[in-house]
Amino acid sequence: MIEVITSGPLMTVQDLGRPEARRYGVSPGGALDSFALTVANQLVGNPPNSAGIEITAGSAALRFHIPITIALAGGDLGARLDQQPIPTWCAVRAWPGATLSLNGRRGAWGGRCYLAVAGGIQVPSLLGSRSTDLAGGFGGLHGRPLHPGDQLPLRRPGTGIIPVTGRHWPSSLRPAYCATPTLRFIPGPHSEHFTPDTLDRLGRATLRVSTTSNRMGYRLDGVHLHYQHMTSILSLGVVPGTIQVPPDGTPIMLMADAQTSGGYPIIGVLLSADMPLAAQLLPGDTLHLAPTSLDTAYDALLEQARMLAHNPEHDEGDLLATLAGG
Amino acid sequence: MHWSFSSLGDSALLMEAQGELDVTNQAVLALTMALEANPPAWLRAVVPAIASLLTCFDPLSMSHNGVMEYLRKLQQVTALQPTYHERVVRIPVHYGGTDGPDLDAVSRLTDMTPTDLIALHCAEPYRVMMIGFAPGFPYIGPLPSDLNIPRRATPRSAVPPGSVALAAGMTGIYPSRLPGGWHVIGRTDLPLFNPETNPPATLRPGDRVQFVAVLPDLRRRHP
Repeated sequence: MIEVITSGPLMTVQDLGRPEARRYGVSPGGALDSFALTVANQLVGNPPNSAGIEITAGSAALRFHIPITIALAGGDLGARLDQQPIPTWCAVRAWPGATLSLNGRRGAWGGRCYLAVAGGIQVPSLLGSRSTDLAGGFGGLHGRPLHPGDQLPLRRPGTGIIPVTGRHWPSSLRPAYCATPTLRFIPGPHSEHFTPDTLDRLGRATLRVSTTSNRMGYRLDGVHLHYQHMTSILSLGVVPGTIQVPPDGTPIMLMADAQTSGGYPIIGVLLSADMPLAAQLLPGDTLHLAPTSLDTAYDALLEQARMLAHNPEHDEGDLLATLAGG
Repeated sequence: MHWSFSSLGDSALLMEAQGELDVTNQAVLALTMALEANPPAWLRAVVPAIASLLTCFDPLSMSHNGVMEYLRKLQQVTALQPTYHERVVRIPVHYGGTDGPDLDAVSRLTDMTPTDLIALHCAEPYRVMMIGFAPGFPYIGPLPSDLNIPRRATPRSAVPPGSVALAAGMTGIYPSRLPGGWHVIGRTDLPLFNPETNPPATLRPGDRVQFVAVLPDLRRRHP
């Protein structure tokens, strides 16, 4: 069992979401940074879709009541286990009664950190997922963010899985996380609804994630885009990463908890491979957008799939180098 | 039916149909059912909308062009053999009063008495054209042109669950407490969404919905 001591700005149970439930009007949901959650699960020996905890940068603490292997991946939030610093992207053994504490962003980037525990979080699976649907009020723990005092049941790790600690995920096999990332997007499908200079202006602007942003979407301040002529668009299906432009001209980038359909013109959609970079942004953070081609998008996806195919078991030497300061 | 194809990022293909809404929507639904009847391994999700179909796929198992070719062929077959069946669902509605606070305003907008408005809304079954906006929220239509009114000037921050509302030539039903800009003319007790059941949504695209007025004296229980 894991006990929530403090939950920070937002702490939720997430797996890789329920993309198929979109046909019922249900958001795909799931970890904003699915790469980080997948890696954290791999480090503790879980299948990639096991439920973990998405921790948003801020003061958060969790206590473990049994000896268990854990891993954190994503932004560096200065994690400590009973006051002792522990590395991110690394499997660690927690002892009964140990308290994991995290804080705000420590480096130049990082808004969300993912905690995986061997076996995964045991909450009921609804519509094929254990993810919390905040708008729908279901999934995760009672369909809501985690609160102090919550107790999360754990699944027993599969038999034959030996808890491995010290497994480490090398930085060369992670997305290019950084401050003010350049997020690439595929233009369309409504480019012709906008004035001809729109892609140029979007590409040149330094954008800032507005304070009203959340897991549903980020409003991007710093540019005003204009329609060529007033157009009305029939509500159509959208995906996370969609950049839509309401009449006020401020683009909105949809994230995992976005509605399944939208009626605003769409200027482009982020590369799937760049979604982890977007996931690490917090309100106030800056970013750039750059149009690119489908070929580039597929290359980037293949590269990310190659990274995830990495087997952390073969890395003991790498870890020793890390511990030695290499 | 003319379809235009465009990419919605690297993992989704959008097909938009041109033409009269009623016809395009039926084509979208027929294609959705054909696609789901025999789902290819690369298919991740299908999101049918009023006049478009979004197909989400695994780009590492099928190329964008491959998906487009598959859908183009499927559309040709579907156009010849419609695969789309209708189910009629009766939805009891308490019209007006506190259940439908905008009934009088809509009567004025449409230049009809509330009684005539209710009669027209219940006159014939309409189609569930899509599910979207919120879990289980149906877009039902197309309504007769007399009922085609714009959204409220000021949206409400919270519309009660079960609210039956009009806007943009369609009827929507709010499955849960949600913000909303449609004109609320009534309320139904029929639950529309339950994540613990399969399927979770009571209505599915393609269903025919017959609204039925619940008479006030039948439901009022005196202590």
